[in-house]
Amino acid sequence: MSEPSYPEDLLYHPEHDWARIDGSEATLGITWYAQDSLGEVVFFDGPQPGDTISKDSPYAEVESVKAVSDVIAPLSGEVIEVNPDLADAPEAVNADPYGTGWMVRIRIADPAEAEALMDAAAYRASLEA
Amino acid sequence: MAGYSPLTDSDREAMLGALGLDSVDQLFETVPEQVRLDRPLDLAPGAPENEVFDRMSELASRNRDPEADPCFLGAGMYDHYVPAIVDAITSRSEFLTPYTPYQPEVSQGGLQVMFEFQTAMSELTGLPVSNAGLYEGASAAAAAAYMAIGATGRHRLIVSRGLHPHAREALATHAVGFGCEIEEVGLAGGLTDPDDLARALDDETAVVFLQNPNFLGSVEDLAGLSEVAHARGALVAASVDPVTLGILESPGKCGVDIAFGEGQALGNRLDFGGPSFAFFCAGEEHLRRMPGRIAGETTDVDGRRGFVLALQTREQHIRREKATSNICTSQALNALAGMIHLAWLGKQGLVELGALLARRTAFARDQISAIEGFEPLHDAPVVREFAVRSTAVPVEMLRVGGDQAGRPLAVYPLARDLPEFGDSFLVAITEQRSIDDIHWLVDSLRESASGARPSFNGNRIGTTDAEPRKAA
Amino acid sequence: MTEGSEVVPGTTPETALETPQQADRARTIFEKSVPGRRAARLAEAGIEERPLDELIPADLLRDEPPGLPEVSEPEIVRHYNRLSRRNFDLDTGFYPLGSCTMKYNPRLNERVAALPSFSRLHPATNPEDAQGALELMFLLQEALSEICGLPHVSLQPSAGSQGELAGLLLTRAWQADKGRNPTKVLTPDTAHGTNPASVAMAGYEAVKVATNPSGGVDLDDLRSKLDGDVACLMLTNPNTLGLFDPNISEIAGLVHDEGGLLYYDGANLNAIMGLARPGDMGFDIVHVNLHKSFSQPHGGGGPGAGPIAVSETVEPFLPRPQVVRRPGSAGVPEFDLDFDRPKSIGRMRGFQGNFGVFVRSFAYILSLGGDGLREASEGAVLNANYLRKRLSEGRAGRYLPIGFDQPCMHEFVLSGGPMKKELGLKTLDLAKRILDFGFHPPTVYFPQLVEEALMIEPVETESRETLDSFADAIEQILEEAERDPEIAMGAPYTTPVRRLDEVGATRNPVLREAA
Repeated sequence: MSEPSYPEDLLYHPEHDWARIDGSEATLGITWYAQDSLGEVVFFDGPQPGDTISKDSPYAEVESVKAVSDVIAPLSGEVIEVNPDLADAPEAVNADPYGTGWMVRIRIADPAEAEALMDAAAYRASLEA
Repeated sequence: MAGYSPLTDSDREAMLGALGLDSVDQLFETVPEQVRLDRPLDLAPGAPENEVFDRMSELASRNRDPEADPCFLGAGMYDHYVPAIVDAITSRSEFLTPYTPYQPEVSQGGLQVMFEFQTAMSELTGLPVSNAGLYEGASAAAAAAYMAIGATGRHRLIVSRGLHPHAREALATHAVGFGCEIEEVGLAGGLTDPDDLARALDDETAVVFLQNPNFLGSVEDLAGLSEVAHARGALVAASVDPVTLGILESPGKCGVDIAFGEGQALGNRLDFGGPSFAFFCAGEEHLRRMPGRIAGETTDVDGRRGFVLALQTREQHIRREKATSNICTSQALNALAGMIHLAWLGKQGLVELGALLARRTAFARDQISAIEGFEPLHDAPVVREFAVRSTAVPVEMLRVGGDQAGRPLAVYPLARDLPEFGDSFLVAITEQRSIDDIHWLVDSLRESASGARPSFNGNRIGTTDAEPRKAA
Repeated sequence: MTEGSEVVPGTTPETALETPQQADRARTIFEKSVPGRRAARLAEAGIEERPLDELIPADLLRDEPPGLPEVSEPEIVRHYNRLSRRNFDLDTGFYPLGSCTMKYNPRLNERVAALPSFSRLHPATNPEDAQGALELMFLLQEALSEICGLPHVSLQPSAGSQGELAGLLLTRAWQADKGRNPTKVLTPDTAHGTNPASVAMAGYEAVKVATNPSGGVDLDDLRSKLDGDVACLMLTNPNTLGLFDPNISEIAGLVHDEGGLLYYDGANLNAIMGLARPGDMGFDIVHVNLHKSFSQPHGGGGPGAGPIAVSETVEPFLPRPQVVRRPGSAGVPEFDLDFDRPKSIGRMRGFQGNFGVFVRSFAYILSLGGDGLREASEGAVLNANYLRKRLSEGRAGRYLPIGFDQPCMHEFVLSGGPMKKELGLKTLDLAKRILDFGFHPPTVYFPQLVEEALMIEPVETESRETLDSFADAIEQILEEAERDPEIAMGAPYTTPVRRLDEVGATRNPVLREAA
C-alpha cells in the first residue's frame, strides 16, 4: 500500500512493530513505516512454532535487496503459527502489512506487557517527532 | 614525475592555485608533525622500465628453470597445460582491470562469467548451488566449517587425515576464532577409516571433512563415509579435484553436503602457489549461508536478460558481524581462466583427460613399484597422484643430476605433513608428463636408490605452454 | 557531446535504438553447446588403454559426464570477447570508486609475472631451487616493512579481509600469551563491513565507536568503551571519510594503556606512502591491500593479496611458514621457508600466498622507488582535493555538499541529501546517469553515516583534464535534472543492459543455467 496507515485496533512498539491482541493470543507484524523504510521485502526468516519470543528482542529477520532488519517482538510469548505464505510471497509484507503480511501468532506470556505499548495516535506522533 | 602519473609541474601549480595553496605540503597539514615521516623512505630510487625488467628477470633466473626437469610435484597444485586462449582472453583490459561488479549495467561480461562458472561448478560437483569463487582451496575449508557451524549449531569438526595438510592447518587456525574443536580421523590402507570415523562422531559434530582423491591420491568411498556421518546428523564437506570429476562420481550424488576445492588445475599457472581460486558448492538448503559472491539471472527494464550480484544480504557489507563470511573477492580473473579451460576441454575433453591421467598414473605406479627400494604406500585406487614408500634411502636423499650433490628430485615428501608416512613421497601426473618423463623418473629413482644418479638428456621440447608436447 | 544539447545524443528514451551490446541477448556458453563440438585435442595415453573400471572400481566412477558445453575454440574466443565488451574497465575510463584505489595497472608488471621461471614454479619446489622467488618475497617483505614502519611482514593472507582475520587471530594469540582473554573489538561506526565480519569470525564481539563532528574518532566515546575487555581497536587512517585523524597518537595511547592492540586497515594507505607510517602512529598490526596501493589489477573481483606488517612483540605469532634469510653456507639455502614457529597462529591458506601478486607489486615498487611512492601519494591527495574543489562549485556545490567540509586526503564523501530533497533524484539515479557519460560512478551509499553518500577517490594516475571532464559531467547531469529529473531516473540508456530487476533476482534466485 502506498499511503501510510496505522489501524486504530492495533498496539505499537517503538521499533515499528504491531500487535493485534485477541484474548490470550496475539498476531504480530511490522508497520507501514517499517516496510516503507526497508523497501521491497525479498525474504522473511521467521521462528518455528513452539519457539519462545521475548518482548524487545528480535524474533525474525526481513530482507530487502540491500538491507536486513531484525523484527522486534512487541510482546513475549510462545509461537503458535508462522505465516506460511511469506516463504513464497514475502512481498505481502509490503502490500498488506496489517493483513496478509502478518508474521506470527503467539500465545501471550504476560498480558501486562501490553500496557507498555502505544496506541495508533501515540505511534503516529512518535513518527512525526 | 614518473610513477604513471600524468601530472606535470604546471598541472600541479594550476591545481594548487585553484585550491589557494602554494605547495603540496600544505595538503598534509592535518597530519600531525610527530607522526610525519621526516626522511625519505629507505628504498631504492625509481627505475626505468627496462631496468626493472632486467632486475625481475635476474631474480627469476635465480630459480632453477622449472622446465629443466620433468616435474612430478602435485599436492594440490598441478602442472597442467594452460590453453593459449586463456591468456588471450584473461589479458583483455575488460576482464583484467575492472573492480567487483557493483554497477551491473556496465559489468554484464563479468557477471555472466560468474553465472557460467557457477553452472559449470554445479555440473562438476552435482550440487545445485555454487558461488562465484573463493581465495583458494585450503581457506575454502575454513569457509565450509563456518557455514556448517551456522547450519547445525554444533561446534565440533572431524577431519580426515586424508584432507590436504594445508587445509587441516587452516582449519585449526580458524577454529580458534570459530570456537570449535577438531578431531582427526586416521587413514587405513590409504583411505579414511570408516570405523574410526564412526567412533569419532557424536551429536556435537557439525561436519566431517573429507578429500577425494585424498591427499595420498586415493579415491575414497565418499558415499559410504557420508552415510556414516549423516547417521549422526553431521554434514559432510569434501574437498575435490575438479580435473578428476570427469570420471569420478560427483560428490553431490555421493551425499556430500558441501563440495569445495582448489581450482588451480583449471586454467591457472602454478605461480609458486597463487593466485588461483577455489570453488564452493552446496545443497539448496544452504543457499542463504553461502560465503562469497554469487551472480543471479534477471531482466532489465526493457526485458533484456541480465545478471546481478544476488543474495547480497548474506555478505559483510550488509550483514556486517552476522555475515556468512568476511570474504569479498571471488578471484574473478582466476575463475574466468578456469571457466575458459573447462569450455575448451568441453564435455568429452574432461572425461578424456581424467582417463588419460588414470592410465598414465597406473602405469607410473606399476613401473615405480617394480624398482627395488620402492613400493606403493597403499593399494587403494588412484587417479592422478599416488604415494610411494622409499625403503632403501631417505626421501630427502632422492636427487638427480651429474654434478656433485645433484639437485632435488621434484616429488613431494610427506614427512613434514604426515610424519606417520615419513618414508614416503607423492608423485603427481598431468597430461604434460609423457611416458618418456615417467621412464626418466623411474630411472632417476633407481639410480638414487643405488647411489648413482642420471642427468636428464631426453627431448624436453614442448613442455612449455607455448609449444604443446607431442604425444609420446 | 554537443555543446548545449539537452542530453548526450542517442541516450534519451525517445531514441530507443539498441546499441550492439544491447542487441546481444546474453546467451551463455552452455546455450551455444552443440553435441560433438570440441576445442581441446588430448594426447593419447601412449600405453595400453586399459578399461577405466579395471583401474578404479565402477561404483566410484561417474555414469554421466558433467554437462559442460561442447563448443569449438573459435566460438569460445568469440563468446568471451563479446562478453568482455559488456564490461566497463579501468583501461577504458575513469573509475573514481571510493575506497578501491583504482590506479593504473602497469603492463610491465604483467610481463614480469609471466616469466616462466616465476609462473611455472611449483609452490612445493625445494627452496634451494626457488631462491629467486624466495628472495623476491623477502625483499617485498622488507619494502612493506619500511613503508608501514613496522619491523616484520607476512605475505601470506590472500586479500585484505583475510589479512584482517589474520590480524585479529594474531591479537587473540598475543593476548592469550599475556594470560588475557578479552572479548571485544572496537571499530568506528564508519568502518567497512569486512571489519565487523572479520571480528565475528575471530570470535570477538564488535563494538562501535562514534565519530566526532570533524569526522574523527569521538575520544569521549572511545574512553567510555575502553576497558580491560577490549582486545584491539581497528582503524583506518585516513579514515573512510578521507580524513586524517589528528588525534591518532592520543588514541593509540588510550588503547595501549588498557592493554589493547591497535589494528590498521590499510585500505587507505595510498594517501600516505612515504609521508606517514602506521607504525609511527602507534599501530601494532597493519594489513596492506596490494591490489589497491601497489597496482595489482582488480580482475573484476580478484585476485589481490593482503600482507600484514606487525610490531616486534606480535612477530612470534605470524602465520607459518615465514620467508627468512639465513647466513649462506654450503648446503643451506640463503632464502628459506621457516616452519619452525611454535607460537605461530598457523596457516591462513595453502602454500606461500599469492606469489603472482607479489611479483607485480614488487615490480611496481621498483619502478616508483621510495621517492615515487611519496609522489604517488601526493598526487592522489592533490587530485582528490582538486576534484573536491571543482565539485564544491556550481550545482554540485549546491546539491551535493561535502559531508565533512575540510581538506581531504586521497578521497572525499559528498552527500546527495539536498539533491534528493530539491530535485527528487537519489544518489543511485545520479550514479546511473554518470554511466551514460562514460565514467564509472563513485562508491554510493557508503559510509552510511553520510546521507545518500557518494565516495570519490580519483587516484594519482588520472589527469587534470579527466577530473575536469568528470566535474563537467556532474554539472551537466544536475542541470539536466533541474529541467527534467525523469531522465536521470530512467538512466542508464547507453549501457549493454539498463536498470536490472534486483528484487526479482533475489526473490526467485536463478543461479545457474538450467540443466
